[in-house]
Amino acid sequence: MEQVIANGLYLGAQYALIALGLTLIFALMNVLNFAHGQMYVLGGFVTYVIYGQLGLPFVVALIASAITLAAVGAMIEIYLFRPVIRKSHREESTMLLAAAIAFFLDAVILLLFGEKQRGVPKILDGVLNWDFRIIMPYDRIAIGVLAILIIAAFILYMQYSKTGRAMRALAQDRVAAQLMGVQVDRYSMIGFAIGAMLAGVVGGLLVTITGVNSGIGGPISIKAFMMVMIGGAGVVSGAIAGGFILGMAESVGLSVFSGYGDVTYLIIFASLMVFLAIRPQGLMGKPWG
Amino acid sequence: MKLLIRSALVAALSVGLMSPSLAENKLLKIGFVGVTSGPAASWGISNQRSMETRAAWLNETGGVKIGDDTYDVEIVSFDDQKDPKRAIAGMEKMAQEGIHYVVGPNVDDGAAAVRPVAEKNGIMYFPYAFPKELYMAPASNAVLGMVANYQSGPAIYKYLMENKGVKKVAFIAANESDPLSQRDGGVAAAKALGLEVVADKNTYQNDTRDFVPVLTPVLRTKPDLLVLSGVAPGNAPLLIRAARELGYQGLISTETAQDAQVLQEGAGELANGFISVGGASTPEIRTEAMEEFIERYTAMFGEYNDESNTKVYALEYILETMKANPASMASVEEFQKTMDTFEAPNIYMKGDAMLKYVGMTSFGQKRQVSVPMVVNEYVDGEFKTLFIAEVD
Repeated sequence: MEQVIANGLYLGAQYALIALGLTLIFALMNVLNFAHGQMYVLGGFVTYVIYGQLGLPFVVALIASAITLAAVGAMIEIYLFRPVIRKSHREESTMLLAAAIAFFLDAVILLLFGEKQRGVPKILDGVLNWDFRIIMPYDRIAIGVLAILIIAAFILYMQYSKTGRAMRALAQDRVAAQLMGVQVDRYSMIGFAIGAMLAGVVGGLLVTITGVNSGIGGPISIKAFMMVMIGGAGVVSGAIAGGFILGMAESVGLSVFSGYGDVTYLIIFASLMVFLAIRPQGLMGKPWG
Repeated sequence: MKLLIRSALVAALSVGLMSPSLAENKLLKIGFVGVTSGPAASWGISNQRSMETRAAWLNETGGVKIGDDTYDVEIVSFDDQKDPKRAIAGMEKMAQEGIHYVVGPNVDDGAAAVRPVAEKNGIMYFPYAFPKELYMAPASNAVLGMVANYQSGPAIYKYLMENKGVKKVAFIAANESDPLSQRDGGVAAAKALGLEVVADKNTYQNDTRDFVPVLTPVLRTKPDLLVLSGVAPGNAPLLIRAARELGYQGLISTETAQDAQVLQEGAGELANGFISVGGASTPEIRTEAMEEFIERYTAMFGEYNDESNTKVYALEYILETMKANPASMASVEEFQKTMDTFEAPNIYMKGDAMLKYVGMTSFGQKRQVSVPMVVNEYVDGEFKTLFIAEVD
């Protein structure tokens, strides 16, 4: 059971980090970013090239992933989402745009990095073995701890920095924030860049454990949406809770139901449907949005 | 000096005019319908690129002589995105273009879905899918393009029983039709050999990235052999790495083709000893023609894919069968008649290996290409031959 809990916590930490960026963008702009998974993949490939191919230190590669995705996110917001939001009040316009960006990035990534699964050297060797009750490689522990530290730093930034407060104000009431002098365009761009950067960072972190390939963007996005739905769309604490709940549900389900075939996801999806029927706004979301 | 220049120009022109690439060859279109995008893209891309490499090579060296005419080969490709509906659309496109020979689809449901379209429009197709109904009468137009798991599995398990003392085996498969049917075939074969199957229900979503939770309950059964049924090349290193990091020290095998570089990058030395099946995979059995194919593929696409060791064959079979009976270019019935007696040298493999159609034992008719069943062991970044067998 100790191993199952450890697996669940590790999965939860990485899932929470994946969901954070998605929920931030939704909170600020009411945009469902279907390209979030593709941004994760791009971040993974940047780290793959810099750390895996060029042999530079992992930290350099991770910073490069963060900067690249922040730049990509900022460009996407300025040149694509901003004009669409300005011209169209229909929510499906931004959804279609996000889906188009996802397909575009899929094609570009396949073209640039090929079809193969890619991996990089381990950042730490060795395995923690606690009397065969918990077996966990050191690199997983390091990535799990890093993920939790990044989540904590993000929360502190959102809570105490001027930019964080401005973005929270925008998320709570866009019009009121504007009337109080918050520059909507500027903070929407910063928020989108941070959201994309988080996707890139987690892609860069996890390429050391699970590798990366050009086709996994879509499935990653779906999983991120599930976490956001569980926790409540647009709520940072909800995304974190959603990530840990999904991680733990997967770990426990795969262990308890292992003799019955692939029923774990069946049960998770069925539970999610029932849960959303009872509480459509998720655990921590507000019914009014 | 002028004479020298004029002579050089004449010589260059003569060479140019006589050059096969400028000859007025007819065009022979061969189709490909398979998955070239999404998580399983590597299966189809290695197919498509193998065909394009071979076609470019043949065209560059004068084309393919079939009967009295010489043809340049053009590959017409369609990405079915691993979706049976799109596979049908792809096969219909091939029919509209008048194409009679198609390589693919890559997966079971796609191969089953295109059968009516292929049979109605007189198309022979070469899927990489294992359901026997596709190849047994009354089905007539599908030819299995590789060795099926129910053919390679028993051979591998028997070898491991006799040489490595394997007694207990566990199976794990993605929750999709191909891997699940391969798992069921593997379980039946293992039981028939007297192996104790300690796990045969454990599955995972194909988009799983972290396999530790999936493998934790499987490894508690302490198998001597862990079989990754129908594992996608992208998932194999992740499963191997997770199993080894959880302390598993037994053997790991699969019956599908894998890529050495993907294993190296994804699992490193943890993948040492991993057993898989390939075509003309290992340097010791490759001919110079196979080496040249790999060089050309790498030059065209930047990087070789070891899955192409198997996938190089389908186009070769189509063209060689047409050479043996030119009437088959327009008639699949003629092609089918030729299949029963067809034989041609296997240019990719050393020794006296022949291209021929097989499958009598498994399907009751010759509806499978004879690809060498090379069982490999991955060691330090490359495959080493464990043993070679043939399918009847």
